[in-house]
Amino acid sequence: MTKTQSLWNHGVKIGAIGGVSVLTISLIGMVQMFGKRFIVADFLPMGVAIALILTILTAYLAAKKTSIPDKSIQLANSVISGLMTAGVLSMLVIIGRSIKLRTVFVEASPQLYNILTGGIQGAGGIIFLLGVGLLCGVFAGILILLNDLWRKLIVNALATVFVLGLLQELIMPILKAWDLGVTNYIAELFYAMNGLTPMGAILAMIIFSIIYLSWYANREKIKKGYGDLPKETQKKTKYLGLLILAIILIVLPQVLGLFLSEVLTIVGLYVLLGLGLNIVVGYAGLLDLGYVAFFAIGSYVVALLTSPQIFDFGLNFWQALPIAVICGVLAGVILGIPVLKMRGDYLAIATLGFGEIIRILVLSDFLKPWLGGAQGIGSIPNPNFFGFHMVKPQHIYYLLLAGCILVVFISLRLKNSRLGRAWMAMREDEDVAQAMGINLVATKLLAFATGAGFSALSGAIFASKIGSVYPHSFNVFISINVVAIVIIGGMGSLPGVVIGAAVLMGLPELLREFAEYRMFVYGVALVVMMLLRPEGLLPEQRHKMALHDEPETEAKTAA
Amino acid sequence: MALLSIQNMTKRFGGLVALNALNINVKEKSIHSIIGPNGAGKTTFFNCLTGFYRPEEGEVLLNGKSIVGLSPDRIVHKGIARTYQNIRLFPNLTALENVMVGYHVHLKSSFLGPILGLKSTKMEEAKAKQIAMDLLKYVKMDGKEETLAKNFPYGEQRRLEMARALASQPKLLLLDEPTAGMNPRETQDMMDFIEHMRGEIGITIVLIEHQMRVVMNISDIVTVFDYGKMIAEGLPEEIKNNKTVIEAYLGSGDAADSH
Repeated sequence: MTKTQSLWNHGVKIGAIGGVSVLTISLIGMVQMFGKRFIVADFLPMGVAIALILTILTAYLAAKKTSIPDKSIQLANSVISGLMTAGVLSMLVIIGRSIKLRTVFVEASPQLYNILTGGIQGAGGIIFLLGVGLLCGVFAGILILLNDLWRKLIVNALATVFVLGLLQELIMPILKAWDLGVTNYIAELFYAMNGLTPMGAILAMIIFSIIYLSWYANREKIKKGYGDLPKETQKKTKYLGLLILAIILIVLPQVLGLFLSEVLTIVGLYVLLGLGLNIVVGYAGLLDLGYVAFFAIGSYVVALLTSPQIFDFGLNFWQALPIAVICGVLAGVILGIPVLKMRGDYLAIATLGFGEIIRILVLSDFLKPWLGGAQGIGSIPNPNFFGFHMVKPQHIYYLLLAGCILVVFISLRLKNSRLGRAWMAMREDEDVAQAMGINLVATKLLAFATGAGFSALSGAIFASKIGSVYPHSFNVFISINVVAIVIIGGMGSLPGVVIGAAVLMGLPELLREFAEYRMFVYGVALVVMMLLRPEGLLPEQRHKMALHDEPETEAKTAA
Repeated sequence: MALLSIQNMTKRFGGLVALNALNINVKEKSIHSIIGPNGAGKTTFFNCLTGFYRPEEGEVLLNGKSIVGLSPDRIVHKGIARTYQNIRLFPNLTALENVMVGYHVHLKSSFLGPILGLKSTKMEEAKAKQIAMDLLKYVKMDGKEETLAKNFPYGEQRRLEMARALASQPKLLLLDEPTAGMNPRETQDMMDFIEHMRGEIGITIVLIEHQMRVVMNISDIVTVFDYGKMIAEGLPEEIKNNKTVIEAYLGSGDAADSH
C-alpha cells in the first residue's frame, strides 16, 4: 500500500465515518440535549464532550489502522481524520445556515450550529470548527506516538474527569449531606452547581496521575508480594475483601439518600432478573426474549394474594412470596414445553411471543374480573418484617440484597454441578450433549424453571415496592433490557450481570436526558460491544479465554 | 455370544434406502470394522445404533435386549458411546469438564443436591472428578485439564473425545473414523491406543475406517457396505481378496475395459 493509498483509506474514510457519527448525534439532538449538562462547569458541556470523544476516537483508529510503520504517516492520518470529521460538520453548518433543514431535521437548529462553531458567526465559525478538528487529530496522533504508560495515563485521567463530572449530581449531594467541614470543603473545591470546577478537573487529573504512577511503579512489587504470601493469608485477604464489600453493600443506602436508593432498588430488580436470565441464556444457551412474562406472573400473584382489591385473600407479603415463585416456576415449565424442540432464532421468536401473550391476556376484558384489566391492581401492602413496615426504598433495597445473595449462591452452586455442566454442554452442542446421556427435556425445563423462578421473585418484590401493578409495566422492553444486561455484562458471568444492570439501568436513571435516547444508545452499545469486546464487560474467565485466544495457551498446546 | 445383534435393519430417507436389511453380529471384546465407499451408509448405521435415527424396520439387540426406538440419552444409559467423524467436543468447556459430562449418566444429583451442598452430592462430584482425571491420564493428557477443548491440537482433540466417550463406561464404543486427518505416526499411535483399550478395559469396539492399513491391522472382523447393503463380511485377509469388495471400491473390470 502506498502512502497516498493509506492516507485515503484510513485518514479520509475513517474520518468520514467519524463525521457521520457526530453528524448523527447532532441531528438527533443528543449534542444539544446533553449541552445542558456540564462536565466542567460553563466550559465543557457533555454533548460537546461526546462529540470530541468520537472525533478523537476515530482519528485514533485512523492512525492505528495505518499499516505503514511510519510515524509521520500515522500522524498525518489522524490529522486528516480529525479534519475530515470537522469538514463533514462544517458542511452541515454551511448548508444549514443557508437552507432551512429544520423541516426535515427538527434538531438542526441555530443553537446546534452555535454549539458546533463555538458561537462564532460566518467564516470564523467554520475556521474554529476545523481548528477543533485539527486539534483533535493532533491529540489522537500524539496519543498514538506516546508509549503505553503515558497513553493509558492520559486516557484514564480524562476518563476520570468525565465520570466525576458526569456524576456531579450524585456525588455532590452526598458530600453535602454529611455536612462536615472537610466534605463541604471538598465539595466546594471540586464542584460548581453544574459540573466540575476547572480547578476541580485539574486537581482530579493530578490526583489520578499520582495514584496511577505510584501504582505503576510498584505494581511488580505488589503482585509479587501478594503471590509470596502464604496461601492462608491470601485466603484471609480474600475474605477481608468480601467483608468490606458486604459492609459497603449494607451501608450504601444509608449514605446515598432517598433518590439514589430508589435508583439502587431499580438496579437491584434488574440484577435479579439478569441473574435469572443468565441461567437460561448464559448457562443453557436458550435465548429467551419473553422473560418479562415470569416477572409479570410474580407481580400479579403477589398483587392478587395481598391486595384487598379483587379477592382479598388477606395474605401478607411473606406468605405470597413463595407462592409467587412457585407459580413462576410452573409457568416456566408450561411455557418451556412447547418450545423444547426449538433452537436459536426460532426459540427467540417463540418466547418473544409468549411474553406478549401474557401481557395481552392480563389486558383482556375476558380476564378483567380476576386480573383488573388495564386498571391493574392497587393497594398492595408493603412487606412487613416482624412488625417493621418496609416502606422506604432503603428497606426494599435490603430485601433485594437478600434476594440477590440467595440467587447468586444458587447460581454458583449449580454452575459447578452435574446440572450446570449439562446446561453448558447443551449450550455448546445439543446433539452431542444428548449423546452423552443428558436428558434434554428435563435439562431444558429445569433451566427455564430456574430462570422463571428468579424472575418471579423479582416481580414479587417489584409489586410490593410499587404498591400496584398494571399490564403496561410488563412490556417487551423489560425483556430487551434484561437480555442487553446479560450480553453487555458478559454471558455466564455473575459480576457481569451486576455491572451490566448498574450501567444500563442505573446510569439512565441518573442522567434523565438520556431516557429519550435509551434504545438508540443500547443499540450502539450492543454493536460496539460485539465488535470490540464480545465477551462482555466483566466476562466469565472461560469466555475470555475462548474469545481472545491468549498466546500463552497456544504456545503451551503447541509445545 | 454376540454383544450387539442387528437383525434386518432398514433405514429409508424418503425414496432412498440408506440401509438395506442389515444383519450384523458384533462379538464381545472384538474390534469390528465397517468399511465401504463414501455414501455407503456407514455413519447412518452409527446414527441408527445411537438413536439419532430410528430405523423403519428391524431390530437392534444389545445383550439380548432391544434398543430400537429409545432416545439417544437412554441408549447411552444402556452402554453405547460414540465419537464423531468431525470431532464434536464441547469447545468452550475445559478438558476436565468435557470428560465429566461424559460421566453424566453415572451421576444422580439434580437440583437440590448441589444447592444444599449434600454430602452425597459432594462425594459423587469428587468421584466424578477423580475418574475424569484418571481418564485424561489414560489418554496422556494429564496436566491439561483446565485448557479449553477448542485450544487443543487435532490429535489431542481426538484423544479427548475418546476419553469423553469412555467416561460413560460403555460396553460398546463406536468410533467414526478415529484416524481421519492423521499423519502416519499419529495413526500408528491411535491404532496402538485402540488395541490397548480393548485389551485393558475389555471394551467392544466398532469402527468406521478408511485407511486400509488400519483396518487390516487391528480388526478381528470386517464388514463391507455399499449402497446401504452389506456386501461382504469376514476376516481381514478374506476381505482383502474378495472380488465384490474390490469391484465396489475400484469399479468392475468391464467398465475399465470399455475405455
